[in-house]
Amino acid sequence: MTRKLLTGNGAAAWGARLALTDYIPAFPITPQTEIIEDLSIWIDKGEMDARMVTLESEHSMITAAGSAASSGVRVFTATSSQGLLHGMEMVYTVAGWRTPFVMINVSRGMSSPITLESDHNDIMAARDSGFLQIHCATCQEITDSVLMAYRLAEHKEIRVPAIVNLDGFYLSFTREPVDLPDAEKAAAFVGEFDPENLQFKGSAPLSQAMAVLGGGPYSYFRYEAHLAVQHALSVYDEIADEFADTFGRRYDIIDNYQMDDAEYVFVMLGSFATKAHNAVDSLRKAGWKVGLARLRIFRPFPKEKIRQLLKGRRAVAVIDQNISMGMGGVLHSEFATALYGMKDAPAVLASFIGGLGGRDISQQEFFEMINEIKQASDKGESLEPRLLYTENELTEIRKLQAIAHAEHEEIHQQRDG
Amino acid sequence: MFRIRFHGRGGQGMKTASRILGTAFFIEGYEVQDAPRYGAERRGAPIFAYVRADKVAVNERGIISHPDLVVVSDDTLVGMPAAGVMQGIDQNTVLLINSHETADTWQQRLNTQAKIIILPAQEEIEDRAELPYIGSQCAAAAAALSHVISKQTFTQALTEELQHLGDEVVKQNLAVASTAFDAMAPHSGIVKESALPSATDYIKPEWIELPFEKAEISAPAIHSGATSVKVRTGLWRTMRPVINYEKCSGCWWICSTYCPDGAINVTDDKLPDIDYDHCKGCLVCVAQCPPHAIESIPEHIAKEKELAGAKS
Repeated sequence: MTRKLLTGNGAAAWGARLALTDYIPAFPITPQTEIIEDLSIWIDKGEMDARMVTLESEHSMITAAGSAASSGVRVFTATSSQGLLHGMEMVYTVAGWRTPFVMINVSRGMSSPITLESDHNDIMAARDSGFLQIHCATCQEITDSVLMAYRLAEHKEIRVPAIVNLDGFYLSFTREPVDLPDAEKAAAFVGEFDPENLQFKGSAPLSQAMAVLGGGPYSYFRYEAHLAVQHALSVYDEIADEFADTFGRRYDIIDNYQMDDAEYVFVMLGSFATKAHNAVDSLRKAGWKVGLARLRIFRPFPKEKIRQLLKGRRAVAVIDQNISMGMGGVLHSEFATALYGMKDAPAVLASFIGGLGGRDISQQEFFEMINEIKQASDKGESLEPRLLYTENELTEIRKLQAIAHAEHEEIHQQRDG
Repeated sequence: MFRIRFHGRGGQGMKTASRILGTAFFIEGYEVQDAPRYGAERRGAPIFAYVRADKVAVNERGIISHPDLVVVSDDTLVGMPAAGVMQGIDQNTVLLINSHETADTWQQRLNTQAKIIILPAQEEIEDRAELPYIGSQCAAAAAALSHVISKQTFTQALTEELQHLGDEVVKQNLAVASTAFDAMAPHSGIVKESALPSATDYIKPEWIELPFEKAEISAPAIHSGATSVKVRTGLWRTMRPVINYEKCSGCWWICSTYCPDGAINVTDDKLPDIDYDHCKGCLVCVAQCPPHAIESIPEHIAKEKELAGAKS
């Protein structure tokens, strides 16, 4: 194994290289482009035996990915944000084809207003598509997760595409030490892709895609896809065990930290969890029984594991780096669903929305979230959802609005003559 | 943990500086994180990059809000709020500035408690966006100030990071970096590692409930170009176009038409006038002007002349 400094994008490219990917349909978008740049350089130098094709959009790119996978080759692709949403029609379609491949999404907030920075609303839009979703917190986890994602996606009982998600900037452009898996061991771990009855070939016409179906047959295929995605939970542990045996790193469905005796728990996705990890250390030093549960596998949603894990805890702070307009944090809703009706469920399940558009979450904010849920739990009250947003930030926007207001006046005056 | 921030202009190699320093820490056995923060992604515009290094895994992420060391490759950025050089600086921070002026001058000018060290600026060159080797010098100085990176390790790190540019480039960078490394010897070890924030005694975030506001206020609409005038993109300029009105033919406004930023206006006297608050110094006008009536001069020299003019 070689330990070297890699960005999250570099780590993703290495995952595709070590998995011996055959075909890479590509389209650039910030903050993902470095991934396809790295891959194109390796292919150009002959270091990687793969074919890369740049398509005219993400819609075509995802179509090409699904089509190529259904011809029996191993496919890798990557996108982000607006790109993922531009290809969304095909995200659902290729998942319905039950074609296995791995796609990286580098999370970036959605327009409007526009941002380049990290937030999970893009990946949440793919939540119901039939793609598996693995969310990473470190650069190491990205390379490792790409390898594991192929095993999961190509598993004969499952066969659906998988998204490996990493946060823009906080991982994509950030270099960290990564233990690169040995190429031979990685190839042996991922294994050959056996496409079974996926044999779509231009020279030998076959009916591969779905026909137009009525409700009954349609329901069958849709529900079977749902069951396949759910089934990934039961085969995941086996793959994680094998990965740990081979490479010495263990990745569970939920990454738990200091959870054994934790009374107060952070629940979240993605790279901000390493910051929460630090906060748990500081809070423990100050005498608080705090733990962190980071969901690594978001689809399928590990409902049973969550119920077991949170049973008997006093209070939970769910941090959502996304927002469902008119409802709130997506993760919070899903945890509420998982815990509903359970005996000894945490009395406080608080929703915090933070990190939208890459907005940082300070250590003091992590401390205060725990303080708030403890107080609510002591008083037997529930907590209203909170956006992590400070007075200083409002002052900043007021300054911008003051300028915009002046401009408004100007327009009114012009209009009114 | 060491928390180090590099500030410079696009083109000066601040991302490279952070990578060289990151690799140097890594070779010395540190866990490392380094990252650039792309700003306007344009030559001359402010950019910064940062490095964290610790003996245990680095879990902290994102922009460094309380740096132990801030390195500034171009002193014209210090007074520019948009560059964020002074963000989070306190009495425990070391501020290393590439400047011709003294530490005392900066100490008074900034009224800061930070410890200021001057990285002796190399010979002045025309275009500040092209300050040669400044990235390597900044990385070398930072390495020396940390006291935990040997010169040998630094040499190895620089070579690794710049190897793809060829042996000659590595050699030239090593030569100037070595001088910068040695120049910092009297201050070696001045940069101290700082701890994680404590949860026992912390300042509570000033959270507020965001009020519901009607669409006229809360919709992020820009109705006209009037607001963009407030953003002084002229601060990115490292070369300044200057019109020689004696040569200007008063043509059909070629310079103002070609200006990609609309920063050349035509006066009532039918003469072009450059809006220096918004001219980014791309010099397209210089290239296009048929009678060659627009010259380019280094921005820092133009500024010095202006100051001298104001005094006399």
